[in-house]
Amino acid sequence: MMDWLLSLLELVVFVLLAPLFSAWVKRVKCWLQNRRSPSLLQPYRDLRRLFSKQVIMAEIASPVFRVTPYIIAGATLMAAAVVPFISVNLPTAAIADVIVLAGFFALARFFQALAGMDIGTAFGGMGSSREMTISALAEPAMLMAVFTLSMVASSTNLSIVIEHLMAQGLVLRPSLFFALLSLLLVGIAETGRIPVDNPATHLELTMIHEAMILEYSGRHLALIEWAVQLKLMIYAVLIANIFFPWGIATTDSMSAIAVGAGTLLVKLVLLGGVLAAGETLFAKMRLFRVSTFLVLALTLALIGLLSHIILEVG
Amino acid sequence: MSRFDWLSELIARCEEEHILFHGGSARELAPAHVLHIDIEDWGKFAVMAAEQQTRWCAVWAVQQDEETLLMNACFEKQGDYLVIRAPLDIHSPVLPSQAPVFPAANRPERHSQDMFGVMFGNHPDSRRWIRHQAWDEEIFPLRKDIRMAHSDQVAPADTYYPFFQAQGSGVYEIPVGPVHAGIIEPGHFRFQAVGETILNLEERLGYVHKGIEKIAEGRDAEGLAKLAGRISGDTTVAHTWCACMAMERAANVAVPRRGIYLRALLAERERVANHLGDIGAICNDVGFAFANSQFSRLREIWQRTQSVIFKHRLLMDTIVPGGVKVDLSSQQCETLSQQHAVIKTELNELMAILNDHASLEDRLVSAGHLSHELATKLGVVGYLAKASGVDYDLRRDHAYAPYDRMNIDSPCYQQGDVATRLQVRADEIIHSLILMDTLLQQLPDGDIANTWKPPVAICEGLGMVEAWRGEIISYVQFDATGKISRFYARDPSWLNWPALEQLIDGNIVPDFPVCNKSVNGSYSGHDL
Repeated sequence: MMDWLLSLLELVVFVLLAPLFSAWVKRVKCWLQNRRSPSLLQPYRDLRRLFSKQVIMAEIASPVFRVTPYIIAGATLMAAAVVPFISVNLPTAAIADVIVLAGFFALARFFQALAGMDIGTAFGGMGSSREMTISALAEPAMLMAVFTLSMVASSTNLSIVIEHLMAQGLVLRPSLFFALLSLLLVGIAETGRIPVDNPATHLELTMIHEAMILEYSGRHLALIEWAVQLKLMIYAVLIANIFFPWGIATTDSMSAIAVGAGTLLVKLVLLGGVLAAGETLFAKMRLFRVSTFLVLALTLALIGLLSHIILEVG
Repeated sequence: MSRFDWLSELIARCEEEHILFHGGSARELAPAHVLHIDIEDWGKFAVMAAEQQTRWCAVWAVQQDEETLLMNACFEKQGDYLVIRAPLDIHSPVLPSQAPVFPAANRPERHSQDMFGVMFGNHPDSRRWIRHQAWDEEIFPLRKDIRMAHSDQVAPADTYYPFFQAQGSGVYEIPVGPVHAGIIEPGHFRFQAVGETILNLEERLGYVHKGIEKIAEGRDAEGLAKLAGRISGDTTVAHTWCACMAMERAANVAVPRRGIYLRALLAERERVANHLGDIGAICNDVGFAFANSQFSRLREIWQRTQSVIFKHRLLMDTIVPGGVKVDLSSQQCETLSQQHAVIKTELNELMAILNDHASLEDRLVSAGHLSHELATKLGVVGYLAKASGVDYDLRRDHAYAPYDRMNIDSPCYQQGDVATRLQVRADEIIHSLILMDTLLQQLPDGDIANTWKPPVAICEGLGMVEAWRGEIISYVQFDATGKISRFYARDPSWLNWPALEQLIDGNIVPDFPVCNKSVNGSYSGHDL
């Protein structure tokens, strides 16, 4: 019972911290560009503003358009529950594995794309088409990177993978290195960051994710924005906990959890800095280059898989 | 090279083709040369002018009395301007179009068609242009018998504009605007695309039509100068200068030398401010925010200085008929030259970073290519022309004071893509900074303005100025009471907007914003 409570508590913290992580990335970006940044609380204020606003919807909106924000938020919330956050032995993490995680993302995306086309504006359809092009390449790359991990630990369950890697101690595995690179690239594409997509743009014609949600307002928009922040956080936690698992709480003791929370915070701060640096250093890619970018991710994951089979098995 | 050495050859060719001239004059609209022809020869003359490789500049009508419109068309070659004029009966206002030979004439002629009700016989595209459906079919707002009336009636929406259509499997249409997500001016763009590749782009402008030409009528000189400064906010100095130049030529008012130097200084400052902003904005449109924040910072420093020294961030209303309104103390001159040095150093540092940036290069090089042939055919001006190998700069080729005494350096490249247009801007900033240093060093003593004496007889004048976007041409006519009876300003955007439709061909949809930004036509300046 206790561990379920702890699990729930961690999920609540996860969801509440997600906007903060986005604000942190934005803050580092501002620093790197010699600008003054908004407060770290700004995303919360934005969410509060959006939640309190009236929802304006097109007259021709179908029920799909109406339910999509809830499905996206729900699926992303479930995905967050699957990922080991501060402690590794979560019952929520134990009942689902990483393929389910990818499934939740796919579910959210499917409805997102449908809703993009629902109103019938040119931008929505354009965004949906681009999103699907990208995800068709990003999902295999993600699964491939995840399979590399699974082969190393002989399990697709994230908790088991992390425990396995921790039990091994500090061993340099080329397969994990390639998987990390691949997952970083996929994460950038999946969360719509520069150089793949630009979350800050106002140019409708260049948008991918934003184009699909142009017609949303009020609490619908708030839910979607929150889900986007949550997704970014999920990828960050995933990368931090799988590839740098040291510090994560393996028992339910208060001290272990405190250490786990502290180390995770440091990892996220650093990871946010790396993301912000990357977003400052690069211009957005031409849309057709994205496929090259994702094929690179796929290739890296494949090399990781092969190097595991060749070098590490036996 | 003597002035107008091409004119005699053009006249000779025209006479071979039996175009009848009813006299010509070098004084009527000096420094332009005027030729009077018959309205029937309007199209034939254009053919001859095209044969002589002149550039088409402008067309405008002037209502002379209740019966007659005087049609004007302006051409340029080697920095010399030629205006042809022909009277047109207002009751049967039909004349041959020049658009078949000069594509640049297409929209300006439709502007005359909408505003005066003149009809161009063989016009390739006679749809309404500026005059949306807010007016009835039979109302031509610039005719003298149409009074401006205030109306609370909401203008009908401009629906059913017959856009160009494309059909086929996989072809879809993207309507963009006129209201955009960013804080920019309104304009509608209609794309036909297959997948992400653009098949065709059609612009629909006119949403910021303010009736500049109509509300100019009846103003005094000062009032017109103010109005001209509001044609396009980012070009306020150049437009005011151009209108004042036309008025001063009409009324024969001289500007003191110090005033002329200060005008040039203001115009160069406007050029630098806009180019700084544009370079940052082009980079921002490909998601490179670093450059945007840096160039915005430089532009802000620049404009704050303007706010302190010239009392207006955008230098609005600093130029008045007869001179300028703001003077510089020697200490202020010193402040300005110091700022020139600072901006130059910073710009060089930043351009080194931009030019060395692989992912930026990947987006900008080869995007939005405008060939030299197309640039010449469309008669584009300014940085758009200079990036596509058309080496024309009024300050050098049609040297007006004070540039006639200076060494004007103007960049010219052949590549014609977005990256080149960015480079032209950077080069122009450097040249302008050098030019401003010279202007400050040579700044003559004396008055900054002469008193304006309203003309007492009907008179007219033509002004030509190199604005930051390129050539502006303004025509002004005074009535016998010293009030404006006709004002026409041709913003460079009239010539550059059509080029955007062409240079976007074959590019992908998400590259449109950066291509558009690299052209950066003025909506307001175009819509008048």
